[in-house]
Amino acid sequence: MKLIIATIKPFKLEEVREALTDIGVRGMMVTEIKGFGSQSGHTEIYRGAEYAVNFVPKIKLEIAVSAAMADQVVEAITKAARTGKIGDGKIFVLDIQQAMRVRTGETNDDAL
Amino acid sequence: MNMKSFTKKGLASAAMIAVPSLAMAQDAAAPGFDEIGPYIMTTLLFCMAGFLVFFMACGFAMLEGGLVRSKNVTMQMTKNIALYSVAAIMYWLIGFNTMYPGDFNGFFAIGGPTVLDAVGVAAADAALDYASVGSDFFFQLVFVAATASIVSGALAERIKLWPFLAFVVVLTGIMYPISGSWQWGGGWLSEAGFSDFAGSTVVHSVGGWAALAGAIVLGPRIGKYGKDGKVIPIPGSNLALATLGTFILWLGWFGFNGGSQLAMGTVGDVSDVSRIFANTNMAAAAGAVTALILTQVLYKKPDLTMVLNGALAGLVSITAEPLAPTLFGALWIGAVGGVIVVFTVPLLDKLKIDDVVGAIPVHLFAGIWGTIAVIFYNGDASLTTQLLGIAAYGAFTFVGSLVLWFILKAVVGIRVGEEEEINGLDMSELGMEAYPEFSKS
Repeated sequence: MKLIIATIKPFKLEEVREALTDIGVRGMMVTEIKGFGSQSGHTEIYRGAEYAVNFVPKIKLEIAVSAAMADQVVEAITKAARTGKIGDGKIFVLDIQQAMRVRTGETNDDAL
Repeated sequence: MNMKSFTKKGLASAAMIAVPSLAMAQDAAAPGFDEIGPYIMTTLLFCMAGFLVFFMACGFAMLEGGLVRSKNVTMQMTKNIALYSVAAIMYWLIGFNTMYPGDFNGFFAIGGPTVLDAVGVAAADAALDYASVGSDFFFQLVFVAATASIVSGALAERIKLWPFLAFVVVLTGIMYPISGSWQWGGGWLSEAGFSDFAGSTVVHSVGGWAALAGAIVLGPRIGKYGKDGKVIPIPGSNLALATLGTFILWLGWFGFNGGSQLAMGTVGDVSDVSRIFANTNMAAAAGAVTALILTQVLYKKPDLTMVLNGALAGLVSITAEPLAPTLFGALWIGAVGGVIVVFTVPLLDKLKIDDVVGAIPVHLFAGIWGTIAVIFYNGDASLTTQLLGIAAYGAFTFVGSLVLWFILKAVVGIRVGEEEEINGLDMSELGMEAYPEFSKS
């Protein structure tokens, strides 16, 4: 089992969701986050004074899938979320040690 | 006309003397409309204009509520409703009769509580050459509340509630009425020929000077200025509320300036009131458009908060003489107000004077400009006298406020603690959040 954590541009969320649904992903967790990477921040002016916006709004996705599906998911996110401009985001793939479906008590791959 | 000094006690008491003989002559027949019409119309003007200026209290509250951070909104609303109410009581207790003492030495005469006309007053007992005491008192009262509102905006997010209200007591009961009597009460400045139709100086600059003194004594908000002197903006919590507040103030200003005609009993007067509405609107629009264009040019993006301040600066600029200018005159006078705001907001920051809502640029700096601008369209005004008035109000209010703020600071302290300020005044001072279900940023 793999946990895929992806940060994407907020306006790409719907496209990514559709792409993942199309390849059979049946659930995901979505969080609104702020952060910085190579895109870093930018500056704005408020009432004549410049200030730095150090953290850029992003969407964080967390998707748990079977190990066999992981590459497919990464590829789908990459394809859907890419604009080619700085700040498109990052994808991390982690191992999951255990999974449990609360309602039925099913475990691991059956729980995903 | 632009001298409220002609109004009120002087004329009212003259009318009291003149009217009995008139009344005797009319015992047989009820007075005709020619005699009571102007009284009725002017009283109506004061009531309607008073409602509009009253609504400015809401405008100030919304503007300030939008420009402070969400953790200080409950406190800002509390200050606004409290200051209005305190002003209303103080103005009854001593303010009104201090500002309009009738015959006095021209500088200073503390008056007693306001007494209204008798219930169902007879025409013979009313001030037929003016308006009812109730309408006049109410109309004047809402002006002093506006002055106090100006102070609350500048000092937001760090001043304690009770010391602030103590300042409001003195400002609305004593300071504003005394300096107001110099001009509108028929005192020495009106004798000298100073001209301030609806209060660019008498109301707005006075609030601005009091705010400036307070901002200096109080110091800037934590985190507003970096160690290297860099200005760190603290964006407001809700620009929709700030915009609503500005529109409400704009609406209220029609009463502020229009009502200051102080008469609606003739074709000339009612026409003048409408002329004032049109000029007032034009100045606000010009101030807003100027700030819009200037911030686009200077900062590459328009700054809504500056546009809002620009509209208000246009309004303050036209307040000293909203009647005489042409529409084009109102346009350029208001536009200069917009320029003043865009350049003096950063200037105050350079001096590390933290004015949360831009009250000092809008009400003080544009107020000074508006008072000077009177000379361009009002032939009776002279630059020397206008400057004398500006200086007199500045010296009295700024020094008086400075002393009062220092006394309050020494005796009770005027600023909340560091932790309280960082946590927000809503929870630390009131234990009540404005938006309890919002996530914090």
